[in-house]
Amino acid sequence: MPSKVENWKSEVYGSEIREHLMEFAAEGWDAIPEDEHDAWFERFKWWGLYHQRSGQESYFMMRIGTPNGVIEPGQLEVIGEIAKEYATGPVDNPEFGDAYCDWTTRQSIQLHWIKLEDVPEIFEKLESNGLSTQQACGDSWRNIVGCPVAGKDTHEHIDAWPVAEDLHEEFKGDDDYANLPRKWKVSVTGCDQGCGQGDINDLAFEPAKKDGELGFNVRVGGGLSRKEPRFARGIDVWVPPEQASDVAAGMSALFREYGDREDRFNARIKFLMDEWGPEKMRRVLQEEFVDFELPTAGEDMRDQYTYNAGQNDGHGDHVGVHEQPDGNYYVGLDVLVGRMGADDTLELADLAEEYGSGEVRLTQRQNVIVTDVPEDDLDAFLDEPLLEDYSPDPHPFMRGSIACTGSEFCSLSITETKNRQVRYARWLKDNVELPDGVEDFHIHLSGCTASCAQPQIADVSLRGMKTRKDGEPVEAFDIGLGGGLGEDPHFADWVEMRVAADEVPGYIQNLLAAYEAEREERVVPEEQRGRDGEAVERETFREFIAARDEDALQDLADAEETSYEDPYMHNTKMTWYPYADEDDMNASPAPTDGTGQPLPSDD
Amino acid sequence: MTTDVHQLDDGAWISVNDSREINVSDLWLLARHEFCDCEMADFLAEGVVEVGVDYPDIAARFAGRCIQCGTEGVTDWLTVGRVIDPDDGQFYGVVPESVHVPRKRTRLARPE
Repeated sequence: MPSKVENWKSEVYGSEIREHLMEFAAEGWDAIPEDEHDAWFERFKWWGLYHQRSGQESYFMMRIGTPNGVIEPGQLEVIGEIAKEYATGPVDNPEFGDAYCDWTTRQSIQLHWIKLEDVPEIFEKLESNGLSTQQACGDSWRNIVGCPVAGKDTHEHIDAWPVAEDLHEEFKGDDDYANLPRKWKVSVTGCDQGCGQGDINDLAFEPAKKDGELGFNVRVGGGLSRKEPRFARGIDVWVPPEQASDVAAGMSALFREYGDREDRFNARIKFLMDEWGPEKMRRVLQEEFVDFELPTAGEDMRDQYTYNAGQNDGHGDHVGVHEQPDGNYYVGLDVLVGRMGADDTLELADLAEEYGSGEVRLTQRQNVIVTDVPEDDLDAFLDEPLLEDYSPDPHPFMRGSIACTGSEFCSLSITETKNRQVRYARWLKDNVELPDGVEDFHIHLSGCTASCAQPQIADVSLRGMKTRKDGEPVEAFDIGLGGGLGEDPHFADWVEMRVAADEVPGYIQNLLAAYEAEREERVVPEEQRGRDGEAVERETFREFIAARDEDALQDLADAEETSYEDPYMHNTKMTWYPYADEDDMNASPAPTDGTGQPLPSDD
Repeated sequence: MTTDVHQLDDGAWISVNDSREINVSDLWLLARHEFCDCEMADFLAEGVVEVGVDYPDIAARFAGRCIQCGTEGVTDWLTVGRVIDPDDGQFYGVVPESVHVPRKRTRLARPE
């Protein structure tokens, strides 16, 4: 029997939702019939609107999908203006103020506290500037991700940006693919460093050569959610760039027809891949969903992948100053936990216009990149005061931090996340020396098993939990170690469970001390030394973790209290908003009308 | 009027008659249970797996973990509240921190 969500989708879904959304917006929140709330909120996701959690009724998170993270000249200013005008809630966030933008791990933008009544104006402003929320959430083609510097990267073999653009144009709004069994996440990459993170997407196009021609190998079935992480598996298919959309259409049609519509927990294509395996996946794709002979896989470039691969001299992210093939530079700026105030966003838009082409790009590490800066303007750009807060050369603990939305707004999260990770990063920076040679150290904090912060592919993975301390329930984290991508990606091993949130920094401090004391070093023969001329090669953190069995990992370090103080130890989910002075659920002003005034309760 | 019960948003919460009533992230004390070896399981609900109605009870099975012993899994059916009068649809929720006894069976609501 189809699930309830499927029944709602069969009644109204896809583009047609917009008409209803606009009618409700014109009439106001109260116009949505109370017995249809769940159905409409499920449908609104397709247009990028996600109803915020309990205690925040009538407010929405709005997601804007920017394919490949490309924000074209002029668009960042629009995003900043919308955030400033519309994304302001009843209470400020103590770290980020009253209005802010979140850059997400899938190169999208999230705004919070959006009121239904403001949606028509916001849509008009977005769409008149080439931006859209369409299919940013819901059961369909999500934002297409890829190497954030596609077209501007010296490591590139194929410019994947036009391919991503084509897929975006073709599959956003195409009724044939508007209603899939579940979300459909696609990655397209043309560089040899692996920074499209194809391994954790439902469908991935990765650069590969076949008979001397450059194209893509196709992988299917990656994803991290629900304690069921999977890496995408090769299906022995190579495709030239001009046929990528045919294969993408075939794969998403296959998912549409064979994905599980009865059990949403079993619906993602990773579970169909579990059931079928790559050979059957290929066979069904060939026989039923494409009308040309699929070439077998070409020679990939995975042995060159260094992105988030845990190497000492690898390419951990896109932060820093990098030369483009055209002689200009792109400058990657660290945005701690991906959240930038609206005023800072507007200032960044001005700087991108002044020093670059006006284009800004978003990375899958929640950072921003200003592209096309001429060499002569670099120094002046780097001297701009804004770059003191969003540094191109940040401390590794700031640079390596990723956090999901968390209990501030999200229904599923167990714990507070972003503000906590900000405090973790600052404390670690002030109190913990990184071992010599460690310049990239990734700590990903996710509030629950949905894994939006991609915890399983970090050096240190934090996943929201609870424990008791002195008998009282407190927020806590499971801690995993040694995850990462690269040629042979590896999910973190879960090592310490239910560590109280205020003992996590102490654990990381002790862990790094153990790593520094116990890591192996070897003298590199002169003829094997790399360009840096290092005479000693040290075991990477990932190698260090991989070399130890479960018992040894558990003996590595203990959690402990330190000078770190955590103001969010209580059950933040029981509050209407964790940072409100009066945070009790009954103190919530929600739901409110279009001006933010509380609506009378039914009671 | 029938009572409409379902879980939504990846099992984040239970809706009763289109009102969000039960969230994940609460701790439930379980007695006379088979979830783990603890006499009293201190169970963290991480996700709603199934919901059911056995008038007047609304029941659910949760995925999660006992935070005392670390056992992970899915509970048997827990009563999460009651709708005593289907005509007014008013939901009376249980208190998660009080003691609950899971049971083996209930009537399934429509699958999610």
